[in-house]
Amino acid sequence: MQYMLLLHHDDTPFVTASHDEQEKMSAPYMAYNEALIKAGAMVSGERLRGASAATVVRVRNDKTEVLDGPFAATKEQLGGFYIIEAPDLDAAIGWAARCPSASFGTVEVRPIWPTR
Amino acid sequence: MPERQLWHRRGTAHLADTLGMTAGAEQARAAAEAAARQSYGRLVAYVASRTRDVAGAEDALADAFAAALARWPQTGVPDHPEAWLLTVARRRSIDQQRRRMTGEAGQAHLRLIGEELEQEMAREKFPDDRLGLIFACAHPAIEAGVRAPLILQTVLGFDAATIASAFLVSPSTMSQRLVRAKSRIKQAGVPFRIPETAELGERLAAVLEAIYAAFSEGWADASGAESRHRNLASEAIWLGRLVVQLMPGEPEALGLLSLMLHAEARRPARRNGEGAFVPLSEQDTLSWDASLLAEADALLVRAGAFGTIDRYQIEGAIQSAHAARRFAGTTDWAAIATLYAGLMTISTSPVVAVNHAVAVAYAGEPVEGLAMLDAIGDARLDQYQPYWAARAELLSLLGMSEEADKAYALAIGLETDHAVRAFLKRKRADLDGR
Repeated sequence: MQYMLLLHHDDTPFVTASHDEQEKMSAPYMAYNEALIKAGAMVSGERLRGASAATVVRVRNDKTEVLDGPFAATKEQLGGFYIIEAPDLDAAIGWAARCPSASFGTVEVRPIWPTR
Repeated sequence: MPERQLWHRRGTAHLADTLGMTAGAEQARAAAEAAARQSYGRLVAYVASRTRDVAGAEDALADAFAAALARWPQTGVPDHPEAWLLTVARRRSIDQQRRRMTGEAGQAHLRLIGEELEQEMAREKFPDDRLGLIFACAHPAIEAGVRAPLILQTVLGFDAATIASAFLVSPSTMSQRLVRAKSRIKQAGVPFRIPETAELGERLAAVLEAIYAAFSEGWADASGAESRHRNLASEAIWLGRLVVQLMPGEPEALGLLSLMLHAEARRPARRNGEGAFVPLSEQDTLSWDASLLAEADALLVRAGAFGTIDRYQIEGAIQSAHAARRFAGTTDWAAIATLYAGLMTISTSPVVAVNHAVAVAYAGEPVEGLAMLDAIGDARLDQYQPYWAARAELLSLLGMSEEADKAYALAIGLETDHAVRAFLKRKRADLDGR
């Protein structure tokens, strides 16, 4: 099965950090990526730019509305995602728990709806 | 399965013929029903653990299971119950195609497993996957409150209405919750297996909790007048036995089974001839089931040999200490207070704290016991009948009749079982005599 891991966390510490500090903070993610690839579990994964760079689009009455940012009240925002291959939910939970974001934010595990 | 052979040897058909509608026939019916549930559960577990589709597995076997429940009490349990169910299930699904559209998933499952399963049954190596199914039902991804109902439905084949009445919710609510849980198992990819060692402790705890919840629902009905409750307690014991049989090296599971058997052994003593509630301390020890108590104590010894300690073992030991009154003539409250003190170190339950305080009071320290009750300070206790009954009891021990009277009034107001309420009213009335 494929699962999407949605990484929700407060990214202000990262955004406000110096370049060196950012590299240090990224290291655990690099190691995690390596582990996923080595285990053959990595399908894809990306870090997202902060919520300040987000745009919301919706079409109402044939009119396209474009707004800045998501309207989230919490500091935890969607900051990145992985799509992984895992035999079952327990394996997916295992990967989610090892994801660096899980130790300071929240990792949501969602099964991919199979369409093929 | 040794049990099944035993039922078969008894010859249920023979009993039903010669005894008619007697206790023997009733026993034969119960044995046939238990065999049907065993085989049904094994088949559902086998199919579901290969397809992750619990609802589909149930659909595929529902008609055959209903036929077994109706027929086996008359005909006796067939030599190969699983093969019987599977054959009927396949025949029914062909019949149904003519009459109405039946679940497509169910038919696909039957086709999928038919040949493979027949081969395995022919080799008599038909695997027992029920434990995997139980672990799937009690997975942390499943809402805690629906785990016990889900196990009862999938492993034992109870319908949603029966489970709903036992858990005191409406059939439609229960049905919705069960459907939701099953689709979650399928869609989220919840595994059907015994978890890895690292997770086993926590996962097994969820399984045992679900079984204990089912038992407690059944036990709550003190009168025993409502057979659906009594059945729920015995089904929970049956599940407890199954877990112990399939995982003999788990002290927590042994402890839970011991605890349930201890309670079950005293069931007949909870009412006197007139149906009035009899508290544990006044029960006639001769009406306790001695063989269940012996089995419960043996389980506790087995659990103790592992050298670990957990809440079920301690609760079992507390029950065992109460049951020891049948030999000693008196209750060793000091030992019980010590056991509760031990339980307090691993449990934050205010109910445990109430029981601890009562044990301390009965062990000869009523002032200390009352102070401990006062110190609990948990708002949930305000609406907890046993807390007010305990308070009333300790106040009356200390001669504080007026305050005891108020506490009894609250306890009576909170109790829903009329026999227990009558008992509390008698205790309250006795205060005036002091």
